[in-house]
Amino acid sequence: MTSTRTYGAYGGRYVPETLIPALDELEHAWAELREDDSFHAELHHLLTTYAGRPTPLTRVERFAPDQRMYLKREDLMHTGAHKLNNALGQAVIAQRLGKKRIIAETGAGQHGVATATVCARFGLECIVYMGSEDIRRQAPNVERMNLLGAEVRPVEFGTRTLKEATSEAIRDWIANVETTYYLIGSCVGPAPYPEIVRELQRVIGREAREQIQQIEGRLPDTVVACVGGGSNAIGMFYDFIPDADVRLIGVEAAGAASLGTGRPGVLHGARSSLLADEDGQIMDAHSISAGLDYPGVGPEHAQLRDSGRAEYVPCTDDEALASFHRLCETEGIVPALESSHALARALDCGDELVVVCLSGRGDKDLAEVRNHESDSSLSA
Amino acid sequence: MTKTLVIYLMAMPDAPELAEAAVEAGADIVEFGFPFSDPLADGPVIRRAGERALAAGMRTGRCLEVLAETRARVSVPLVVMTYASIFDAHGWERLETEAREAGATSLIVVDLPADERPELRRVQLVAPTSTDERLKLAAAHTDGWLYLVTVTGTTGARTELAPTLAPLAERARAVTDVQLYAGFGISTPEHARAAAELVDGIVVGSRAVEAAEAGTAELARFVGSLRGALDALAVA
Repeated sequence: MTSTRTYGAYGGRYVPETLIPALDELEHAWAELREDDSFHAELHHLLTTYAGRPTPLTRVERFAPDQRMYLKREDLMHTGAHKLNNALGQAVIAQRLGKKRIIAETGAGQHGVATATVCARFGLECIVYMGSEDIRRQAPNVERMNLLGAEVRPVEFGTRTLKEATSEAIRDWIANVETTYYLIGSCVGPAPYPEIVRELQRVIGREAREQIQQIEGRLPDTVVACVGGGSNAIGMFYDFIPDADVRLIGVEAAGAASLGTGRPGVLHGARSSLLADEDGQIMDAHSISAGLDYPGVGPEHAQLRDSGRAEYVPCTDDEALASFHRLCETEGIVPALESSHALARALDCGDELVVVCLSGRGDKDLAEVRNHESDSSLSA
Repeated sequence: MTKTLVIYLMAMPDAPELAEAAVEAGADIVEFGFPFSDPLADGPVIRRAGERALAAGMRTGRCLEVLAETRARVSVPLVVMTYASIFDAHGWERLETEAREAGATSLIVVDLPADERPELRRVQLVAPTSTDERLKLAAAHTDGWLYLVTVTGTTGARTELAPTLAPLAERARAVTDVQLYAGFGISTPEHARAAAELVDGIVVGSRAVEAAEAGTAELARFVGSLRGALDALAVA
């Protein structure tokens, strides 16, 4: 398979010239590494002995009594979410490039924790940009990052969420590009990042596809994943794309539906489908879940939407909360609010055999759920 | 030879008066910023100016009107400087056409490196990190002059002129005959003079935006001080 910088009309490298040599360097390194058995062996070793792969597939009969629904348990990964698949892979790339300073952006804090974790593991300096609103609503992850030796830099302007954190991380990268590796957390950004992140997250779908065939003797009717930037979804979907009979459903937060209600635009280095006004100004996204609270999405999802291969549907905050509680009470699993969006649409998709990517665990969300529900009961 | 002085102004309702004051004080070219909500290449001063411009309703249509009002007052080249998202939303060819009709003599798209949409005629930027191959590519496509980004970083005032400018200017000279103007981090007459010893012109952005916020008199005073530094160099 050859590398590409574009996905139909989307993708590209819309960044200041200062970053182009670093992107060229990364593109060359990646082209070699992806064909390099020793890279894959090193990554496989880390994923199995450190990160906890493969993750199981869990049938949830009480949660979904009318379907045969399975959860791909990325919540059981070390650090509690799929983000570590990507962070480990990119940390190995950074090491091969000889970069000792790592920067990252984070929304829910899961990618920040994953990045802080791999930096601790490999002895790298780690700086994580995080919006001050997200710092407030994801406090446990901020404490974890500090514990792991990372510096969390609050971003105090604009939306104070993932969009501004990403812009600040890119500004840091522009200023320190010669010493610094930008460990991006989703399948967004300038080429080659969307492809690198997809390839590092593909392990989710590859495992799930084998597991469901072993258990059920056939492919699923439907695969469901939540979509913010879209990394767990692209990783879950990718190996199912050639299986034309498998329905692929991406679930966006209703207030951050870059694919459902967005328009083409350019943000953070790539052309994609965005929440933007008719003049190309980026609009604010709104979601109870910090990880989905982003006005952009990976360019490959925009292409999958346009081609019709995947469908993208919305889920409201309240629907996600209802699924969050239902999974807690019926299965003894506390899902991330992000993943709860996927659970809600999996329940009502109307299909029989469904695999859902449970992209992360929900411990980080307990305070936010309580806050939201006490606000709701006050206003009720 | 006299060195060229380029002054950046954010598109605001008072930009025509400000541009006129800057030109009277000695600006040879005015860069006219169309604000974008997520300006990746800009430091805090221009980012905040962009936020204020958007809050004042300076969307693309209004920016084009103010550009035309500015053109009516000054005869120097006017260069629209913005981000790819603004072009993508308005239509690449349409915005190019409408900007030129409103009086723009050229364009700068900060997050559009030379190999993306080479058909859009514009001033290309190069940086200290650019390879010689990239310098050649940008020089071959650029519209009139080549914009040398003096620093590895975003826009904004610095205490010293970046030591990275001299080697960049030398490498650019070796591959092209086009005029070289340096910007990013040039904020004082001393910087202007030091930079102008290396290149054909200088661009002042963040500090000019701050001066413009204090009014036409302060902008004229500031631009005059830069002009004086450059002219002293030409005489010396």
